[in-house]
Amino acid sequence: MEYKNVLTTCPFCGTGCGFFLQVLDGKIVGVLPDKKHPVSQGSLCVKGWNAHGFIYHEDRLKSPLIRRNGKLVEASWDEAIELVATRLGEIKAKHGPDSIALLASAKATNEENYLFQKFGRAVIGTNNIDHCARL
Amino acid sequence: MTNSFPDLEEAQVILITGSNTTEQHPIIATRLIKLQDKGAKIIVIDPRYTQIAQIADIYLRQKPGTDLAWFNGLMHVILRDNLANQDFIKERTEGFEELKAKVADYTPERVEEITGIPAEKLVEVAHLYAKAERSAIFYCMGITQHTTGVQHVWQCANLAMLTGHIGRPGTGVNPLRGQNNVQGACDMGGLPNVFPAYQPVTKDDAREKFQQAWGVEKLPAEVGMTIMEMMHGLENGKVKAMWVMGENPSLSDPDINHVNKALQAAEFLIVQDVFLSETAQLAHVVLPAASYAEKDGTFSNTERRVQRVRKAIEPLYGSKSDMEIICLVARKMGARGFDFETPQQVMAEINQLTPSYGGITYERLEELGALIWPCPNGEHPGTPFLHKDKFARGLGLFHAIDHQPPAEEPDEEYPFILTTGRIMFHYHTGTMTRRIEKLDREVPTCVIEINPADASRIGLNGKNKVRLQSRRGELIAEAKTTERVDPGVVFMPFHFVEAAANILTNPALDPVAKIPEYKVCAVRVELAE
Ligand code: SF4
Repeated sequence: MEYKNVLTTCPFCGTGCGFFLQVLDGKIVGVLPDKKHPVSQGSLCVKGWNAHGFIYHEDRLKSPLIRRNGKLVEASWDEAIELVATRLGEIKAKHGPDSIALLASAKATNEENYLFQKFGRAVIGTNNIDHCARL
Repeated sequence: MTNSFPDLEEAQVILITGSNTTEQHPIIATRLIKLQDKGAKIIVIDPRYTQIAQIADIYLRQKPGTDLAWFNGLMHVILRDNLANQDFIKERTEGFEELKAKVADYTPERVEEITGIPAEKLVEVAHLYAKAERSAIFYCMGITQHTTGVQHVWQCANLAMLTGHIGRPGTGVNPLRGQNNVQGACDMGGLPNVFPAYQPVTKDDAREKFQQAWGVEKLPAEVGMTIMEMMHGLENGKVKAMWVMGENPSLSDPDINHVNKALQAAEFLIVQDVFLSETAQLAHVVLPAASYAEKDGTFSNTERRVQRVRKAIEPLYGSKSDMEIICLVARKMGARGFDFETPQQVMAEINQLTPSYGGITYERLEELGALIWPCPNGEHPGTPFLHKDKFARGLGLFHAIDHQPPAEEPDEEYPFILTTGRIMFHYHTGTMTRRIEKLDREVPTCVIEINPADASRIGLNGKNKVRLQSRRGELIAEAKTTERVDPGVVFMPFHFVEAAANILTNPALDPVAKIPEYKVCAVRVELAE
């Protein structure tokens, strides 16, 4: 049996409480509050306590999906990435960079948001980048 | 937030407006209530009699959409009764004379007429807030989600500057962010007008800096589209392709019938998410993303506190982190500068290009736990409160603002005001929380709040379903009667696809911040039989 506690930050609101994910034999089994955390000081709300609850949900996407004849069907990562890259390239060439828009995410990490806007600005060549901050 | 939780412990008066703190930010509410136990006074100004309002020392209920007026009323009283901080005004601000002239008209009696807040209560609050040595303002989306949202935020700043309650521990203007990393998404340039750290895309030297760093010849100099403009662009054909990373506009945006039409019009829609969200169902390509537990990174909370997200397990079910997906696509398109293997390497690039994050490295986060930006270099301890000796622009600018009604007011046809929000057990559009059994069990579906007087007038006795109609759409949902809302006002949460509040809401935008007016629209309420 292998057990570890991994200190991380709650993904459910802007308070940024800290907790440990309890990992038993490679599987997340629970959440423990962090007593020393400067924000949450050992407390969590009901969402934080249950922050591991959706991770193994049966509805998790299991494979990339591509729309074929109106229906979303499973595809490989190679196919999906190839299709995204090709179509974005074509649309940019035909209609210009500003015909492409990107929605970044108030749920993704700083690093991911940084890369996403870098992709939009440097690779596509558009400032059409926004996220749901206002919502 | 201008301040951070540890220094806010010193606040003596806490003014909370437009924040359902106990439900939306429970842990912050707990901290505020602890302060109250130690003698601090809590003032709540909110159209809903929420739990925090019940706990408050003073509660004022304004009509939805009349916030500009009560702010002016408070400042009127503060000036009339000589409670302003004249030294602070003289040394650190400009525009005071205009403000003074503007608020002169807003007597407590006139404000009572507009807002419904009793004149003597307004006076009491003005005295309490102004006379304390350290008063702090907290606000949330109840303040920003209006066509006058930016002006509301200016009013918070006006009030704080007028009394000198800013730039010291235990004071300030403190927005509570809804989503966990809104702060970080903005800091990182997830906005149409700025690069990371709010460096404007319209400024030549900013563009040159990023051109050089990213190895591209020319970055676009024109401000891009906001989310609402993108939706219009999809409809009128200006926008052909859209890539959505972990968002669900199909449920979160105002007037979603219209949004869904727009998303369906996309020639090519890419969505990456953990689940097949409502938006993903419309996509041409869906990319399975790893959850927060399956990746490394950082989030920036509402205090500007940058903290680590740590990988507990490998990505599940063949998913990939958003970082890996972006890098794969970029490299496939032949781009350079996307050869990152770890988020730590990305942060090293962020450190170079984002002055406020200059000293926020993984090594230091490991050692210190967290850093609050601005943190310009590797020796800097971070900045728990802003505006200590001067404001970012130098002198703090007062904005003189008149009361303006919301974009849509109730009338004969649509006699109720609908205001929307969140509830404790769910997060945003519910894609994650509605799949957590313990949370879904608490509140499995949408329940509308209506005042008992209105309920009996429409004949809601015993029956519990109502039909809500606005100029944009209609829906049916369960209703419960409660004094939490005033007569003439109904409240509804927006997490639920089966009764999606944003079918009804008004997409009218604040002209500056482009925030939709979620907090006020006109609806008709009838029995659903
Ligand atoms: S535990 Fe609750 S209050 Fe803390 S960050 Fe998570 S959702 Fe927010």
